[in-house]
Amino acid sequence: VMFYRLLSIVGRQRASPGWQNWSSARNSTSAAEARSMALPTQAQVVICGGGIMGTSVAYHLSKMGWKDIVLLEQGRLAAGSTRFCAGILSTARHLTIEQKMADYSNKLYHQLEQETGIQTGYTRTGSIFLAQTQDRLISLKRINSRLNVIGIPSEIISPKKVAELHHLLNVHDLVGAMHVPEDAVVSSADVALALASAASQNGVQIYDRTSVLHVMVKKGQVTGVETDKGQIECQYFVNCAGQWAYELGLSNEEPVSIPLHACEHFYLLTRPLETPLQSSTPTIVDADGRIYIRNWQGGILSGGFEKNPKPIFTEGKNQLEIQNLQEDWDHFEPLLSSLLRRMPELETLEIMKLVNCPETFTPDMRCIMGESPAVQGYFVLAGMNSAGLSFGGGAGKYLAEWMVHGYPSENVWELDLKRFGALQSSRTFLRHRVMEVMPLMYDLKVPRWDFQTGRQLRTSPLYDRLDAQGARWMEKHGFERPKYFVPPDKDLLALEQSKTFYKPDWFDIVESEVKCCKEAVCVIDMSSFTKFEITSTGDQALEVLQYLFSNDLDVPVGHIVHTGMLNEGGGYENDCSIARLNKRSFFMISPTDQQVHCWAWLKKHMPKDSNLLLEDVTWKYTALNLIGPRAVDVLSELSYAPMTPDHFPSLFCKEMSVGYANGIRVMSMTHTGEPGFMLYIPIEYALHVYNEVMSVGQKYGIRNAGYYALRSLRIEKFFAFWGQDINNLTTPLECGRESRVKLEKGMDFIGRDALLLQKQNGVYKRLTMFILDDHDTDLDLWPWWGEPIYRNGQYVGKTTSSAYSYSLERHVCLGFVHNFSEDTGEEQVVTADFINRGEYEIDIAGYRFQAKAKLYPVASLFTQKRRKDDMELSDLHGK
Amino acid sequence: AVSRDHAIALQLLPPSPRIPVRSSSLPLFSDAMPAPTQLFFPLIRNCELSRIYGTACYCHHKHLCCSSPYVPQSRLRYTPHPAYATFCRPKENWWQYTQGRRYASTPQKFYLTPPQVNSILKANEYSFKVPEFDGKNVSSILGFDSNQLPANAPIEDRRSAATCLQTRGMLLGVFDGHAGCACSQAVSERLFYYIAVSLLPHETLLEIENAVESGRALLPILQWHKHPNDYFSKEASKLYFNSLRTYWQELIDLNTGESTDIDVKEALINAFKRLDNDISLEAQVGDPNSFLNYLVLRVAFSGATACVAHVDGVDLHVANTGDSRAMLGVQEEDGSWSAVTLSNDHNAQNERELERLKLEHPKSEAKSVVKQDRLLGLLMPFRAFGDVKFKWSIDLQKRVIESGPDQLNDNEYTKFIPPNYHTPPYLTAEPEVTYHRLRPQDKFLVLATDGLWETMHRQDVVRIVGEYLTGMHHQQPIAVGGYKVTLGQMHGLLTERRTKMSSVFEDQNAATHLIRHAVGNNEFGTVDHERLSKMLSLPEELARMYRDDITIIVVQFNSHVVGAYQNQE
Repeated sequence: VMFYRLLSIVGRQRASPGWQNWSSARNSTSAAEARSMALPTQAQVVICGGGIMGTSVAYHLSKMGWKDIVLLEQGRLAAGSTRFCAGILSTARHLTIEQKMADYSNKLYHQLEQETGIQTGYTRTGSIFLAQTQDRLISLKRINSRLNVIGIPSEIISPKKVAELHHLLNVHDLVGAMHVPEDAVVSSADVALALASAASQNGVQIYDRTSVLHVMVKKGQVTGVETDKGQIECQYFVNCAGQWAYELGLSNEEPVSIPLHACEHFYLLTRPLETPLQSSTPTIVDADGRIYIRNWQGGILSGGFEKNPKPIFTEGKNQLEIQNLQEDWDHFEPLLSSLLRRMPELETLEIMKLVNCPETFTPDMRCIMGESPAVQGYFVLAGMNSAGLSFGGGAGKYLAEWMVHGYPSENVWELDLKRFGALQSSRTFLRHRVMEVMPLMYDLKVPRWDFQTGRQLRTSPLYDRLDAQGARWMEKHGFERPKYFVPPDKDLLALEQSKTFYKPDWFDIVESEVKCCKEAVCVIDMSSFTKFEITSTGDQALEVLQYLFSNDLDVPVGHIVHTGMLNEGGGYENDCSIARLNKRSFFMISPTDQQVHCWAWLKKHMPKDSNLLLEDVTWKYTALNLIGPRAVDVLSELSYAPMTPDHFPSLFCKEMSVGYANGIRVMSMTHTGEPGFMLYIPIEYALHVYNEVMSVGQKYGIRNAGYYALRSLRIEKFFAFWGQDINNLTTPLECGRESRVKLEKGMDFIGRDALLLQKQNGVYKRLTMFILDDHDTDLDLWPWWGEPIYRNGQYVGKTTSSAYSYSLERHVCLGFVHNFSEDTGEEQVVTADFINRGEYEIDIAGYRFQAKAKLYPVASLFTQKRRKDDMELSDLHGK
Repeated sequence: AVSRDHAIALQLLPPSPRIPVRSSSLPLFSDAMPAPTQLFFPLIRNCELSRIYGTACYCHHKHLCCSSPYVPQSRLRYTPHPAYATFCRPKENWWQYTQGRRYASTPQKFYLTPPQVNSILKANEYSFKVPEFDGKNVSSILGFDSNQLPANAPIEDRRSAATCLQTRGMLLGVFDGHAGCACSQAVSERLFYYIAVSLLPHETLLEIENAVESGRALLPILQWHKHPNDYFSKEASKLYFNSLRTYWQELIDLNTGESTDIDVKEALINAFKRLDNDISLEAQVGDPNSFLNYLVLRVAFSGATACVAHVDGVDLHVANTGDSRAMLGVQEEDGSWSAVTLSNDHNAQNERELERLKLEHPKSEAKSVVKQDRLLGLLMPFRAFGDVKFKWSIDLQKRVIESGPDQLNDNEYTKFIPPNYHTPPYLTAEPEVTYHRLRPQDKFLVLATDGLWETMHRQDVVRIVGEYLTGMHHQQPIAVGGYKVTLGQMHGLLTERRTKMSSVFEDQNAATHLIRHAVGNNEFGTVDHERLSKMLSLPEELARMYRDDITIIVVQFNSHVVGAYQNQE
């Protein structure tokens, strides 16, 4: 779209504007700042990609004081998706971090014209999100609640109001809508040019028609880039190559896998209406109709996310495919029908063009940013899932902060490149997955969504056995994990259809699993957990772990320690359990999606010592969690070993035999606070041990259980989970885990200083458990996560996770409580007193429910006699 | 015993199995197609009719007819001699077989599901797209779709397609065998080589001969485009090669040195005649290998028609021997379709053929040479490969049979001499060659065996293919270009295209689409799934009563290239 505007700036007429010229238009000079001189031989940072991402990173880096920056663009500045982007800036996003990025972008673009003098066509139009169904309206209400608490004005409006705001709309089939008045439209190509121009004034050197061939790496560190115009030595490389980021990542000797894949994306341009649409006409998003509509030069620009996307460039950059990017009207037909249903008066409007503009999508619909786990100094910002313009400013800012400070100012784990591994890099996987992701853009996002494509990649050896027993599966980091087990008499088909914001249909199933965990014994296959082994010839392993972890790991052999791997700020990089197998070897269990991140962190901080061995043994062990009071009976019967707390105290690890299989690592913990054992079984014994456990367990009432039961058990006991509740901006003190920090363990560890300071000054947020009081489980909307928390009517934070507690017969939410100053909004110290003396409400889609705040779990839930774990908990809460 | 059972069965059979099929009321298919049993009740009901016609025998199997005094409008090629079955397919005494089962099997309703129907229809489909170079196809052919649906078991039709590598052009052909598939198989393997060799310039022939002589690698002459089910006989390849080599050696010897332009028409005629001659010779000479010896005899005693197209730029030659047909699909300016026949059927419906036969034989035979629209009252096509029974002298036939293998000698059919057999040969393989210069409005060529043409009118064939191909064409993206189109107009257009597309969607192959119509068309001219399902679920032994083998090749022309040729001049 915007390239028409761009052309006027460039001042160059072309006979047939369109994709055909996109890659071949090498002879045109772009913005004034693009140079054609010889490349410098060295720079601190080389950015590849002159789209909105690359220019935004350059802009922010230069603003933050880094000057020695080179930006390379293979074609011309502001080409590619940036050029063809529909130019809609929308802050209504599902993730808070995305809302913040879009909000920042909005503010940045707003003042960009003033700052640079380059017209960006920024117009504040507002946008209206239509709901054709009640479920859609709930989804909008949830977003609305969250937008409001971060200061973005928005409101839920009636269909009548919609008609007033946009006179062309047919509103008869609507149940409501959300109006976000400060959303805008802007020319993304001009934004990129303005950012480039400002960056250039700050010293960034920009070269177009220069292709990066590959990045040079030495000893896991970026040393330079090889371009078609020569080499540039550099410390940092930023891959903002958009749809070519995947290929560029793989072109290295040490490949960087950046899982993204392009799909064709179509939108329609029309001639102006008879009475041309005003430039302030709001943008319409009709997600149920799969379309968006904005005003464009007095006419309409309308595109959408169809159900049957056309993936493209699977085999990489292909000139033939680029040239063949044509208007596909037949493909657009459903969207056109939808448009005419929404705006019947457009029938007589004349078509100008159908634009085919490929967009990049990622396996989980979130963008990709951050540093490569394999190559230090290799940063990535790509995979925008067609929201590049909305995210551009904010994402560029966070990445620049990341490079300059080592951390972005917000937690961006959800967007971190390291949430993916090489396993998401298969081209077939990406092709299939993005075909699911693209329609999902406008599908209803309901709780507990599972992707359907790219499944059954990593499975436990018990997969088939569990599947045959009715397991329903979810996937994490490519690994299949059971959600729950459908009893034989249940209607399977009906269950799979459940998409609801209310009580789900598996409620009773999970209840019976939870009950069994409480009263008898259950088996949960938890093989997906990331498992590392660290061994050394001498004391090196202990030393390095003592430095990397906050808890004291110099414990007797056989003990298990819950501990955090903290960063300099004291925040959790990883939350794990470490068993000391012997003097010189440790077994480390981390969350499933930590596989890449934790490995990278350890590798980065471990000394290069050949006597110190770090091994990823995730694939070597099948993990079975035996939860329940009778777990001890099952195990002792299978091992002929006494398993009583005297012989096998809590948080203890022993290698023993189970059935015929020897060398099974048995750990007395269950990740839920319930009594029981984790069994780490070498995979070849998995089936045997499982069979033995099931057959012996029969008389104790054993049954299979899934992660939903585990989750309910865990959350009701206030067990926070890394990646959901806590992240690298959460310190142990902020989530009540002082006991897991040994500040005086006799040596320094990463984050100690920050914790010391925090201990002195107090914390500014505190993870709190909320029990919903007046919530009707059967009739009310269920909490999910991200719901605003109100204390005495004031917003204090958001929930991070929630579950129904079958023991309390209440919903339990975990969430952070802040103490914002009433005058300045500044964050103040949160004390236990502050938390306890408040009346709380949780806002679920605009409905507020009363909640009781708890700083420690409900004691009655711990039925077993006191174990070490509980002691710790009560200890710390006593303080 | 065999012949007696046969005779009984024949009396029970209806005069024309076509009647129930052709009539719109379809008494045969009144209900779900329930196993063979129900199928036979109407047959028995039709006994009355059969008595009227006397002992007509109905076995669509073969083209040979012997005992029947008259054969009503049947499209049979041979009426089988009682002993005939044992010659070609000894095991198949289907009438016996079905009779035995008549009351035994329990009626059981079954339909084929649409996917099952598709898997049957698509089992033999093949598509070839002329490869593009640098994004352009410079050939006048875009590609072809071919398919065949058996009625005989095994199918007696064959098809071939190949690109000439040493000369320009592409060869496509359909071959309809009778009295077995041996001859059609041999012709499908060999004919294109004979044609290609006939087209080769003297120097290339020399080059090839020298290569063979010195044991060097041969220049490939043809690039075949074969469906996996299209096979070549490995055992006979040496024998075939030697015959072919003799042919080109003769061509080399015959060459007078003056390099004249090779005339395609002449080359086609020579190739056809030469191959038929070689088939005949090989049978007379025999082969020391007993398997091959039997094979060459089976080839010679069975027969095959051939319809071959040679396309080189805008020059289209069709060489036809027998009653397969080549039909050109022409799109008129108003978008409608018309059919232009490029071949003449060589059968009794062709006055000129009747005339020719009468001229070739003495006046005394004028009445006997064609009887009941059949050659000597037996053979439907008036030209064919093989069929030495209609070509050799009685002496030669007897000599070959006597010296032949026992299987041949025991066979009643081979010993049987056609009645009124006085002045052989009665049959020739010489083709009639038609030339057509392609025009941009010539969109496609349909080559098909009579199995198609006897169920569908040529006009319908061309219309169905034309609409199918333009339907496919509709799937090509449409562009707004510089035209003034409103959203409403575009929407209407797209909706229409989608409806159209969904009907064509099932088939990716024009030949398959045509077969679907040929077999499944109801009285309204639309495909009726129920009917299609019934027709395809006919047991092997009955299928031949309701349809013949169908083999179709649809060649699509490249109008741009054809147009460019025209503009050059």
